[in-house]
Amino acid sequence: MRFVSLFLNNRLTIAPEILVNDSSLKAVPFGELSTLEQPPLNPTFQYDKKLQQILYGKQLLFDELPFTVDQIQLHYENGYVKYSHGICKTSNGYLCSRCGNEKSRLFAMFSCFCCKNDNCVYCRNCIMMGRVSECTPLISWSGPEVRWSRGNKLHWNGELSSGQQVASKEFVERFGSDGKLLIWAVCGAGKTEVLFQGIEKALNLGLRVCIATPRTDVVLELAPRLKAVFPNTIIASYYGGSEERETPAQLVISTTHQLYRFKQAFNIMIVDEVDAFPYSYDKSLQHAVSRAVTPKHFLLYLSATPSKTMKKAAMNERLPCVKIPKRFHGFPLPVPKMVWGGEWKRRLEKGKLPAPFLKWLKAQGESGRRAMIFVSSVSVLEKLSELINRVVDVPVDSVHAEDPMRKEKVIQFRNEEIQLLVTTTILERGVTVPFLDVAVYGADHDVFTESALVQIAGRAGRSKDDHNGDVLLFHYGKSLSMIQAINHIKNMNKEAGI
Amino acid sequence: MSYCLYCHESYSKAWSWEVLIGLEVSPLLCQDCEGRLVSVKGEICRICGRDFSIFPEQYRQGDCCFDCIRWEENESWTGILQQNRSLYVYNDFMKELIAKLKYRGDAEVVKAFYPVLSSEFKKISRDAILVPIPLSEERHYERGFNQAELLAGGLKKQVESLLKRKIHEEKQSKKTREERLSQKENPFEVVDSVKVKDQKVILVDDVYTTGSTLRCAAKVLIEAGAKEVSSITLAR
Repeated sequence: MRFVSLFLNNRLTIAPEILVNDSSLKAVPFGELSTLEQPPLNPTFQYDKKLQQILYGKQLLFDELPFTVDQIQLHYENGYVKYSHGICKTSNGYLCSRCGNEKSRLFAMFSCFCCKNDNCVYCRNCIMMGRVSECTPLISWSGPEVRWSRGNKLHWNGELSSGQQVASKEFVERFGSDGKLLIWAVCGAGKTEVLFQGIEKALNLGLRVCIATPRTDVVLELAPRLKAVFPNTIIASYYGGSEERETPAQLVISTTHQLYRFKQAFNIMIVDEVDAFPYSYDKSLQHAVSRAVTPKHFLLYLSATPSKTMKKAAMNERLPCVKIPKRFHGFPLPVPKMVWGGEWKRRLEKGKLPAPFLKWLKAQGESGRRAMIFVSSVSVLEKLSELINRVVDVPVDSVHAEDPMRKEKVIQFRNEEIQLLVTTTILERGVTVPFLDVAVYGADHDVFTESALVQIAGRAGRSKDDHNGDVLLFHYGKSLSMIQAINHIKNMNKEAGI
Repeated sequence: MSYCLYCHESYSKAWSWEVLIGLEVSPLLCQDCEGRLVSVKGEICRICGRDFSIFPEQYRQGDCCFDCIRWEENESWTGILQQNRSLYVYNDFMKELIAKLKYRGDAEVVKAFYPVLSSEFKKISRDAILVPIPLSEERHYERGFNQAELLAGGLKKQVESLLKRKIHEEKQSKKTREERLSQKENPFEVVDSVKVKDQKVILVDDVYTTGSTLRCAAKVLIEAGAKEVSSITLAR
């Protein structure tokens, strides 16, 4: 967009070119306005409550707001809305102030019709949330704060295990001031319940809380659980395609990507599955988190498989840490068994299955138990599910990250309409289904790292009535990750004293 | 090593003599993304350029598809669009890619196809003028660019914006085929008829779906004196 500078109430201010009918004023691309002076707050201005609720604690584009440019500009002129640069020039390139991207290959230029600049730079890293270019202002709220209700009551009468109690107490006692905490809890320790008391206390102190998780599936699973235990609290879930983004919520459950939409919003940030990010991702996640929190904030990290850096920080006491080595039902974690699967990849190409895998499949078909079968890639996924369909006579389906029916299929699996679900590593976390066995087809593949395998094994034996599901790793030669994962699980069982 | 212009993953192209001497060109995408594209090749409809290998046999008559026969049978449309040629089949991946380009506004995606566009259409665009399908002023402002203009840029020839839209109307993608075909008024007009007169014109657009957009554009050009009009699109 282009803006013109003009005098309004004896102050120099800026306005979008399209709103000004004076052709004598020179319009310049937004990015070329070097100083953006914020007009003072006009206390008599009747601001729009809905705009406040949508924009409070966020930073959005004009296109993302259900208001006209006119309405937004009026709030700007009265000091209730702030404009800031989306793309900033740095000493050696550009910086996207929404997603923190600084990689030059993820910036591109185009001839922009809005600002008439032939080389308008935009960020390709966060393009899925709409284009931030040099000429796009980021819009945030600078008017009065939203006040939250204090009547948030926790409706839950479950009981915490001893491990959960320790962690829950630690969380409740630590926040209120700046700080951080790592809760290192095995898969199935019941992390969510550990959060309840802390969240209740925070909400009643008028604080805003966010639970950020890397996966949409986890958002979809957590949101209804939290809505059930906090019936009086406004809770919104944010993920690609969610419809609750306009709800002014005190408790937000968001995918880490959607965090980019927030700015200085949360007093307490809970980062779930903090290790689920590939190494290179760390920086942009950190950026998203640091943008979304208020200057004074409490950070809670949750993980079953913390990264090396995080474990080290915990050991050096730079990062306070509580461990929950035991599952909430008190039974040990199922230890994976390694099964020779031969040349699983070549066999698949020939349209055959390894004999031990075939035997397991048939047994699974007869027992009627559900199973998740993890594979390394979408191409393996397609071939394998077709072959399985041919050899067993039970409902089989497959799911991967870009599957448009992903949400529905997971629900069907939960409802036992699908018995065998072939999946890529997207379902390695968060999905909890009772009476489940797990197999990994081609466990020696690189994508199955130690933490991936620990997470996958953690899907089995989640319920008290079925605490010992099978975990089978079909491989063509043991990998280091497989051995490390098995040791990791055995150590946790040992620490739990079982 | 290069980075895929769609998914940003790094990749390296297989080395071969064909690539080196320019006989074989491929889009600037990684192997995975390129593998999800389906090129239009083999037998195609003489007019709209649709790939017959993925088209039901019963809707075909000789070298023409039923849709084109229907167009040609209608007197007011006979011979208006001489031919359309497209690079890829409009499959799910192409839909995603075009959505990223148009609705998310990732203009750079187009550049992935520049090498293929220029080599594939060099011959047919030799003595023609390239005219991109225009957007309405309002939509153009909203999007910041015109994807058809960007695509035309890949043909390494002078691009002439000789068409414009009369009115701002609803997005084509939100209408059904019936609605698109029943449009009475032609949304386009020629900006400069002198430049069009007795010329061979090639229209450029992102997708050929029903062909009604391209035929409307072709019609006003023919009426303004163009010798013949054909079209090039990324997807069919």
